[in-house]
This record gives sequence, C-alpha cells and structure tokens, in this order.
Amino acid sequence: MWHLTDPLLVIVLLLNFFALGTSRLRAVIGATATQGVVLGVLAVVVEGHWSLRPVLIAAGAIGIKGILIPQLLIRAMREATIRREVEPFIGYVSSLLTGAAATGLAIVFANTLPLAPEHVNSLLLPASFATVLTGFIVLTTRRKAINQVAGYVLLENGIYIMGLTLVEALPFLVEVGILLDLFVGIFVMGIILSHINREFASLDTTRLSSLKEE
Amino acid sequence: MSLPLVLMAIALLSLSGFPGLFASRTSAVGERVAVGMVVVGAIGGLTGTFLAVFAQKPPHLELPWQIPGGAIVLEVDGISALFLMPTFLISALGSVYGLEYWAQAKHAENGRKLRVFYGLLAAGLCSLLIARNTILFLAGWEIMALAAFFALTTEDHDPAVRESGFVYLVATRLSTLCLFALFALLHAVQGTFAFTAPALDATTPQATAMFLLALVGFGLKAGLMPLHVWLPGAHANAPSHVSALMSGVLIKMGVYGLVRVCSFFVHPPVWWGVVLVVLGAVSGVFGVVFAIAQHDIKRLLAYHSVENIGIIVMGLGFAVLGRAVGEPSLLVLGLAGALLHVWNHGLFKALLFLGAGSVVHATGTREMDRLGGLAKVMPKTTLGFVIGAAAICGLPPLNGFVSELFIYLGMFQSVLHRDSAVSMAGAFGAPALALIGALALTCFVKVVGVVFLGEPRTQAAREAHEAGAAMSVPMGVLGLLCATIGLAPVLVVPFLERATEAFAPEFSHAGQGLPALAPLAPLALVSVAGVVLLALIGAGSALLGARMKRSPQGTSNTWDCGYAAPSPTMQYTASSFADMVVRLFGWALRSRVHAPRIKELFAPVAHFKSHTPEVVLDLLVVPAARTLRRIFHWFRWLQRGQVHLYLLYVVATLVLLMFWR
Repeated sequence: MWHLTDPLLVIVLLLNFFALGTSRLRAVIGATATQGVVLGVLAVVVEGHWSLRPVLIAAGAIGIKGILIPQLLIRAMREATIRREVEPFIGYVSSLLTGAAATGLAIVFANTLPLAPEHVNSLLLPASFATVLTGFIVLTTRRKAINQVAGYVLLENGIYIMGLTLVEALPFLVEVGILLDLFVGIFVMGIILSHINREFASLDTTRLSSLKEE
Repeated sequence: MSLPLVLMAIALLSLSGFPGLFASRTSAVGERVAVGMVVVGAIGGLTGTFLAVFAQKPPHLELPWQIPGGAIVLEVDGISALFLMPTFLISALGSVYGLEYWAQAKHAENGRKLRVFYGLLAAGLCSLLIARNTILFLAGWEIMALAAFFALTTEDHDPAVRESGFVYLVATRLSTLCLFALFALLHAVQGTFAFTAPALDATTPQATAMFLLALVGFGLKAGLMPLHVWLPGAHANAPSHVSALMSGVLIKMGVYGLVRVCSFFVHPPVWWGVVLVVLGAVSGVFGVVFAIAQHDIKRLLAYHSVENIGIIVMGLGFAVLGRAVGEPSLLVLGLAGALLHVWNHGLFKALLFLGAGSVVHATGTREMDRLGGLAKVMPKTTLGFVIGAAAICGLPPLNGFVSELFIYLGMFQSVLHRDSAVSMAGAFGAPALALIGALALTCFVKVVGVVFLGEPRTQAAREAHEAGAAMSVPMGVLGLLCATIGLAPVLVVPFLERATEAFAPEFSHAGQGLPALAPLAPLALVSVAGVVLLALIGAGSALLGARMKRSPQGTSNTWDCGYAAPSPTMQYTASSFADMVVRLFGWALRSRVHAPRIKELFAPVAHFKSHTPEVVLDLLVVPAARTLRRIFHWFRWLQRGQVHLYLLYVVATLVLLMFWR
C-alpha cells in the first residue's frame, strides 16, 4: 500500500498550509485534527498490512490527535471566550510564503540525508521536516496561547511522521509513550492556559513579558 | 546470597520515608516505620556485605537496561564492601537518633520530608557503591547529591540554610559536570561505559585529563581544600544526624571515586601520587587551622572533615606512589591507612556530630561561647564526645591512631626509597601529619574544655538536659566501635586486604601477591600497648580518686585577679583559647576582630567580636562569581520575555544544525 503514502502526505502538507493561511482559530484546530486522522491512517498504510500493532497505533493517534485534543482545545477556546481571529505577528500571506520556503528547505535538507533505500523517493522525510517547521512557524508567529498549542500539535505530528520511517525498528512501547507524552503535554498546557487566562485576563502570550526578570 | 541482601537493603532504605507520607502530620507511626525499615535494611545490607567480603569471588550481577550505553552491572568487591559498611551502619544509627532528635511531633512541618530524603540519600550512596557501569553510577550519584540537598535544607525557612543549600547545589552540579567529562573520556579510551579491570595506560594525555577531572569532580564532593567551599555551611546547617551521614559517609564517596579511578591505571606516574600527597597535606593542615578559628561547634566539626579527608588523600597518594614505583608494601600501607581512616573518620565524626547534635538539642545553640559546664548534666553525651575527640586526634588506644599509624609507616618507608620524588613526599608528609595531629588536639581541647567543662555561660546551658536513649544508644555504639578498632586492629585486616587486592590486582596476577598487612604494621603491639595504656589510666584514676577521698575538699572561686564579682562569662572562651594559633595562621585565616581601644581607667561598656570568613568562598569564589555575573549581564538582552522569540531561537538553532557540515 506504499502507493497511498505519498497522496496522504500531500494532504498533510496541504493541511499545513491551510493552518498557516486561515484566520480562524477553529479552522486551525480543525486542520490539526484532520492531520491527526490522516496520520493515523498513514500508520496502517506504511505498515502495508493489517495487524494488531499498526491498528492500535492508528486508533490511538486518531483517538488522541483527531478527537481528544481538538475537543480539549475547543473547550478551552469556549471557556476563555476568545475572539475567533488568529492574530498573527506577520500577515497570512507572509505566513504562507514562509511556510512554502520552509517546505522547500525541508525537501532540500531531506535529500542531503543518507537514507535507507526504501525511503529515498518517498515524501515521508520532507513532509516530516516541513510539518515540524510549520509547527515552529505557528509557534513563533501567533499571539494566542491556544494557537501555540495547535502549533505544538503540528510539531508533534511532524515528529510522528519521522517515526513512521522507523516503523519496523521502533518498539510499540515507544510509540505509545510518545502518544501519552503528547496527551500529557497538551493537558499541562491546558492547565497553564487557564492560569494565564486567569492571571492576565487574556491568552495573549506577549503579556507574559511582564514576568521577565529585570 | 550476598548481593540480593544488599539490593533488598537498598530497596528498604529508599522506600523508608514514604509510608510516613500517608500518616498524619503529628503521628509517630511514620517515623517508627521509617526507622524500622532503615534498621532492617541496614542489618540485611551489613550481612550481605560481610558475606561478600568473605566470598570466594566478589558477587556480580548483570542485567540489560534500556538506556543507551547503560547496563545494570553490580558488584560488591573489596573496595565497595569497605565503603558500604559505614554507609549502612551510620544510616541506621542516624535514623534511630532522628527518632528523638527530629521527632515528628516536634517537627511536624518538615519531619516527613526529611525522612523521605534521608532514606533516598542512604539508598543513593549504596547504589553508587555497587554500580560497575558509569551511567548507573551517575544515576546513583545524582540520587545521592539531590537527596542530600533536600535533606540538608530541611529547615528551608531559615535563610542561612537556604544559602548553604544553594552553595552545596552549585558545588555538586560542578562535580557532576566533571564526572560527565571524566566518563566520556573513559568511554573514548576503552570503548564502553563499564568500569574496567585496571588495564588503562596512564601515560596518555587522556589519562592525565581523567586524573585531573577525577581530582576536581570527586575532590569537590570529598571537600578537598580548596574545593571544600560548600562543606562547612552544609554540615553546620543540616540536622545533626544528616550532618553525621554527610560527613561520615557522603563526602567519602569522593574518596571512593578517587580510589576507583586510580585503580584503573596500572602504572600511574609518580607526580599523581605527589599531587595527592600535597593536596592532602594542604587540606589536612588548613582544615584543622580553620576548625580552630570557628565559634560554631558544627562548623568546627565540618572543617575537621576537610582535615580528615586530607589525611585520607595523603594515604591514597602514598598508595599511588607505591604502585607507581612498584613498591607493594608502600601501596598496602598507604591504601590500608587511607581506607581504614575512611571507616574511622566515619565512626568518630558521626559520633562527634551526634554528640554536637545532643548539645544543640539540649541548649538550642551551636555557639560554643554560649555553652559550658555540660559535663555535669550530660555525662553520657560528654563521654561519647570525649571518645570521639580523642579518636579524631589520633590518640591511642582509639581507632584514629591505627589508621594514622599505617600512613606514618608508609611515609617512613617512602622516605627511604631511592626515587627522590617518593622520598621527598614522605619527608614532606610525615611532619605535615604530625602538625595536623597536634593542631587537632589543640582544637578538641578547646571544644571539650569550653563546651563541657567549666561553668555554664548562659541560662540555656544551665537548663540543658541529657539526651534520651534513642540519641545516646547510637553514640554508645559508635564509641564502642571506635574503641574496638583501636584495641583490636587485627579484626579489620581481612577487609583492608580484600580492598587492597581489588585496588591493585596486578600484583596478585603476577604471582607474588600483595604483602600481608600484619607483618608491615605491629598490630599486636598496638593492642598490647592499648590495653597497657588503659590499665595505666585506670590505675592512675583509681589512685587519684583514693587520694581525693582522703584529702579535704571545698568549693571556692578560682583566682579572679581581685575582681569582686566574677561571673561564668569570664571563663576562657573558645576564641581566647584559640587566639595564639589563629594569630600564627592569620595570613591564611583572615579573621576580622572588632575590639574596642580602651584608653581610660574606667572604660564604658564595650563589645568584642571576631569572625573568621570562609576564605576560599568569601574572598575568592564569591568575587569571581560577581565578575562573571557582570560579564554575562551583556547577554541579558537576549532575554526578552517573549515566548515567540525564545521559540525563534530554537528554530534558528535547528535550521543551523540542519545545514551544519
């Protein structure tokens, strides 16, 4: 089923751009959720056959990244009664252009790596780096803390794709551990979010600079 | 059988404080369970270590571990066993002592925390001693270092405690940093993270770097002068049974590390030994000089730890010299002296800290000039403290004498050696050790005289009370052990011989084996002389007692220079007693004296104050740190308080690394 991998990865890349270009917070969360589902399917596709392990991983990924975390984020959004806009530091077009540049960079970089023969012509690594960099762009250019959590999920998705290249080598436990990590990470971020919100009456992370040591 | 016992002991020790967390804040259940677990664990551990010493081969266990480079390789060889025994013993005795000294009912706010970290500290100490893989060793080392930090900052509401805790933390981080570098080099040289049999080449530059890193890394932990900066504050501010464990055992882990690293190299260069001897002598002499200048009884004891670590390192230096020039008897005497002094210092220093703890517990102060006359109300504590004091001064018939005798004999041997560096080391070391002994005696005459003899100087000292059973029994056990080793040093010979074999197995492999300890040192003579001495002391005091009974006695003032109303505060103080020595070493001590100039005949009320700073810390480290802080202030502009910018730094680094060639 390797032929399905690349189309799915293209979808992942497109979702990256969507997350960068949209002005609505809800849409960003939706994009990360969809990406989570696609990655879950990807786990089965990369394995190439139906067996318990990839299915479990897929179910875990879809359950946590596709459903649980987006739900958490949407709830946080509702409770913090924040405005819908993403409020970036740089414009949407510039974000998209940066994203495109990052994707190009990722492809160039992936080609310079010494890869196992079965990964040479695959999109797995470029998509992985591109998603990681997109995650970073979202993290660095968005003002709202919830948006940054979405950026963190994107980053994590990129790492997950990287893990798929090692699907034979990586122990099941490690993958489950990563999922758990992500979940706990988001959970903690949720708590921090509510604290930021309570302390500053806003989720604007630029306000955090008042915590700086003089 | 022996290794499982030790492992069980470690498990019990590490978990001992946790049941108490589920008990109520003031209930005594938690502390009793903790003490029970520590004592059972320690007895099991001691039994296991004993069996290991007398086993045919050192017990060994290997298990796979997920951590890259790590493996669970455990072994109790002669050196480990030697360090394990005081660890188990003193953790158990300290734990029992804590029942009364830090009773949960009186310390509801931090007693449970203390017990958790006390158990973890003891477990960390034991696990690093049996680890034979550097990563496992570091894990144990870090558990020990951090648990000790939390145990010593038990009273973290006190700013002085927080400050010394912070100094300790910085020192221990620095030490771990050196160990990381050391073990990375070890990996580079031999290709694995395992502790190996001694087979490394000592002439390479890597070996030199490893030795120096070990000296700094382990020296920091051991409190070798001038790396001792954390030690006085930490020992003084910790609860006394934690001080006993830290001074008696924890700082010996630095010695253990040095011994272990030195054992890796078959033919160490002579200068290694010389460096160790010189550093040991400096540490010994200045440790005791600083001790004399102290007013705080626990700080004074802490400086004596620096002194004793110096003696131990001197012994190790002679062992390395012996190995370097292929003189097995020098190696045996130096190492046996050093390692026996590890035991002895563990015993008598723990005894002294527990004694000082009793004094603090009874009077609420560590200032010696506020005490006095405690021998009348605290006879048991006084007896224990005097035994510890005599032992630490290296007086026969106690244990300190035996280990120092070994080192002296080693020195005398090295003086006769044809290699000039070796004979110089001996000629330099022996007078240094003699000076240390004499100064230590001065110091403890001062402590015992000021604290226990004379009249109480304050109300607190007048209202002192004797320690209860939980505090006096551990002191009694330690005092008995001091006397046992001093009177029958033959008993410890098998342990020492096992350890020296483990240190330098190449002699055994070559067929001739290391020389036995007994012919090198007159152990039987020591026992006989000890018994004779005791008999003479007994006879003398009996004679004196009989004469005192016959002659009339009365109570009156000592001669008071014609002053009409003498008061107890007019007795000799600790500072006045130490004044001569402090003046002699004034160039190193930098004591500050604030004394009034008295010009008139009838002078008004005036105050006298003297203070000895921690010279290395206050005059060297702190100013250096200030300068560094000023330099690094320029980097402050990077700290913008913007999460986004910080993340951008991460991205920039990542991209840079991606295209780094």
